[in-house]
Amino acid sequence: MFAAFEQVFTLETALYFAKGALVSLGMAILSLFIGLILGVLGASAKRSKYLVLRAIGNFYVEVIRGTPMLLQILIIFSVIPSIYTAITGEVLRINVYLIGIIAMSINSGAYSTELIRSGINGVDKGQWEACETLGLSSWQTMRFVVLPQAFKLIVPPIISEFVTLIKDSSLTSTIGAIELLKSAQIVGAEYYEVMSPYFLAAIFYLVMTISISYIGKKVEKRLAVSD
Amino acid sequence: MIKVEHIRKNFGQLHALKDVSLEVNQGEIVSLIGPSGSGKSTLLRCIHGLEKVDQGKIYMNGELMDPKDEKKYRQQRNKMGFVFQHFNLFPNMTVLENCNLAQIQVLGRSKEEAEKTSLMYLERVGLADKKDAYPNNLSGGQKQRVAIARALCMNPEMMLFDEPTSALDPEMIKEVLEVMKDLGNQGMTMIVVTHEMGFARKVGSRVVFLDHGEIVEDSPSEEFFSNPQSDRAKDFLSKVFYE
Repeated sequence: MFAAFEQVFTLETALYFAKGALVSLGMAILSLFIGLILGVLGASAKRSKYLVLRAIGNFYVEVIRGTPMLLQILIIFSVIPSIYTAITGEVLRINVYLIGIIAMSINSGAYSTELIRSGINGVDKGQWEACETLGLSSWQTMRFVVLPQAFKLIVPPIISEFVTLIKDSSLTSTIGAIELLKSAQIVGAEYYEVMSPYFLAAIFYLVMTISISYIGKKVEKRLAVSD
Repeated sequence: MIKVEHIRKNFGQLHALKDVSLEVNQGEIVSLIGPSGSGKSTLLRCIHGLEKVDQGKIYMNGELMDPKDEKKYRQQRNKMGFVFQHFNLFPNMTVLENCNLAQIQVLGRSKEEAEKTSLMYLERVGLADKKDAYPNNLSGGQKQRVAIARALCMNPEMMLFDEPTSALDPEMIKEVLEVMKDLGNQGMTMIVVTHEMGFARKVGSRVVFLDHGEIVEDSPSEEFFSNPQSDRAKDFLSKVFYE
């Protein structure tokens, strides 16, 4: 095993892994960001006074959380080209990274919806009343008072959602995205030896996830200043 | 200035207010007192519209306050400032930002104008030097004074206080009452739900005594304390004052 490891671990493969890791990280960052926007929309829908919006919000969260992410990726991978073909009549040459980001964003959005909703519920009712007596609209109350406080409450779970996304980005290897796991498989295939590339990939994942958790704790401490 | 006519408010089975009528004139300082659960806070919250009444009408300056007439209703509500027992300052903003927010967002003032007004009122409550502090670094008394300044920044015609000193440490009660007294001396119309009998007696012009969701007594402050008419008021006063 160690002989094989030396053989596999060259500067060239290290760079190749690093590139894969960057792809994973990039997809996770974008999905987290878009997911948070979807989460704000989803949480607003679930809190809406209109039954239709609440139903849409609930449907979104339940469907996404109740099905495997791998299946979601595969469905979007096959559905989007079909729709494109149906509309334009042309065949779509698909960008798998884009598909991956779309699928991960939609997935993350459902979890963010619940996080943000719980964050909003965690803000003291008195804050809403104070805004009401000052004449602020409910949107202004959300924007300036409630969401900033809600986000502070949900920094820890958002960090863990980010870590989850980094790990789950490995699922996009199934549709051909060359992220960290796929890079390891490619290297493994090249050297007819999979164990050491897999271990190496694990180390790359751990470096990313542990650093994010660490930075998350720092951010949490800094945010606690005004408490 | 404010006229409440036959309002009723129920919370499920609980009849918080049963047929309450009240009129408050310009410049009056009305103390709402009574045992806990008597409906005094509910009455105050109904006047502002934080609670919707089940029955009855509320008039401001002779005009009906009707939630269905949204724009007018909002303007009417904006003429009232409200101070809460638990301050409800925004912890994510500095003292100055707390005061600025609604001026900029609701009244459409520029940042400079808003800051000028905020500083003027913070000066008046003696906290201009704390403008850059966050609420959680202030004492309870300071928080409540900021909350009063924040409400005053909106140029209300009257101020409603919901047990403004009940959440304070004893040594901080006076600084808040002093601010309220100054406000009264300047002619502000005020309705104050309070357990501070000294304040009700010396600063207040009128006492409205509630019990079980009804107004039992409504008389000038001095008269209420020296010569209460109803048995319930006598009973209440005998329990409040330790002799």
